[in-house]
Amino acid sequence: MKIDFSGLESSASFGGADSDPCGSFASTPSFQLPDTLDFDGFQKEAIQMVKPAKGTTTLAFIFKEGVIVAADSRASMGGYISSQSVKKIIEINPHMLGTMAGGAADCQFWHRNLGIKCRLHELANKRRISVTGASKLLANILYSYRGMGLSVGTMIAGWDEKGPGLYYVDSEGGRLKGNRFSVGSGSPYAYGVLDSGYRYDMTIEEAAELARRSIYHATFRDGASGGTASVYYVGPDGWKKLSGDDVGELHYKYYPVEPAVVEQEMAEVSGA
Amino acid sequence: MECVFGLVGKDFALVVADSSAVHSILVHKSNEDKVMVLDSHKLMGASGEAGDRGQFTEFIQKNVSLYQFRNGIPLTTAAAANFTRGELATALRKSPYMVNIVLAGYDKETGPSLYFIDYIATLHKVDKAAFGYGAFFSLAMMDRHYRSDMSVEEAVDLVDKCILEIRSRLVVAPPNFVIKIVDKDGARTHVWRETVKETPMSAA
Repeated sequence: MKIDFSGLESSASFGGADSDPCGSFASTPSFQLPDTLDFDGFQKEAIQMVKPAKGTTTLAFIFKEGVIVAADSRASMGGYISSQSVKKIIEINPHMLGTMAGGAADCQFWHRNLGIKCRLHELANKRRISVTGASKLLANILYSYRGMGLSVGTMIAGWDEKGPGLYYVDSEGGRLKGNRFSVGSGSPYAYGVLDSGYRYDMTIEEAAELARRSIYHATFRDGASGGTASVYYVGPDGWKKLSGDDVGELHYKYYPVEPAVVEQEMAEVSGA
Repeated sequence: MECVFGLVGKDFALVVADSSAVHSILVHKSNEDKVMVLDSHKLMGASGEAGDRGQFTEFIQKNVSLYQFRNGIPLTTAAAANFTRGELATALRKSPYMVNIVLAGYDKETGPSLYFIDYIATLHKVDKAAFGYGAFFSLAMMDRHYRSDMSVEEAVDLVDKCILEIRSRLVVAPPNFVIKIVDKDGARTHVWRETVKETPMSAA
């Protein structure tokens, strides 16, 4: 099925004697429509294909010393792993981090855009924007594009005048304040480890280890997550990257290969 | 799944809402307050898509206070309900807000009142209202046990009955609820009914 736009053309080529009559018909501008009777349904399905999975694992939580943000580093396109070294933790400014789940371009673009807006706020008001304010800027932008196919699931974490701040923002326009979030297809696994190990009065080292383990266990069970587990910490003096470990190496660190008893050995067949 | 309901008692009205923020199978948050205090004597319980709910209730709240700033008198509950309905009706043929609203308020002249407003801009003045899957249980519960001269204690007892029924009969029942009350002394949180506590956040 094709839509014919030739009626919109202003050309009076029918009178033009020099042009090839067959050639002008062949080049009428048109585009292919999906071969379906239910076009709205097709479009909805197409949007759903890029929307909910968010093949990744990201997490962030607030504790006594500040905020910990962690993520895996795998990018996948359906079943194909397109990269094992993606920076899913986006540095918005020295005191604020964003995480990336969903469309990589959508997240990167709108976080950069948010970074610009935050810097302008800083220049206009001579003080850093609050995490509350920054997350609302992003949420309002995403809400204004709702239903147009953006796919973003992000956490905005940082330190402002009121202390640590953490918000979850998504492309459906949702914005939640909280002290423990995980986003992406691996998030149920990450929540499992995170919820059971979380205490408010952890040290930075304990918190970083909890985040690392949560990401590791998520990458272990979730095929769309993997690569390295990066851990960031945001404190009163801004963010700092604490670690970035290959989850394969983490696996052998957490579960070293145990020398097993050999039950049966291959032996030379005697005779023959 | 979402449960928002409310009822009018003797000299007060109350609104109850669950407090779960859900995305597919995940509960992202279990202490999300879905009942907004519109002004000193109005409560707006809202259910629906997360984005629309937040944006729309805040929009209404800001406009209600803008009216008060400009004119020096607050909107009556009836006026606020009609305004809300109007906004939903104009949005309906463009990009509808997917929100269902239970609006409760107290006015000096008319006393307590409760309005049922759904996303297709239906407006009803009622004495009990409910939205979401919880509505099936709470509506029947309220039909059976409701009286128009209930005291706060009796009404909260009834609400607790509804919550208990929802928790025991609804597959996807939310763990926590908030009960808010509005009477001559203003709108306020009455009590939280929590079975799951989010790790408390002490001052950093």
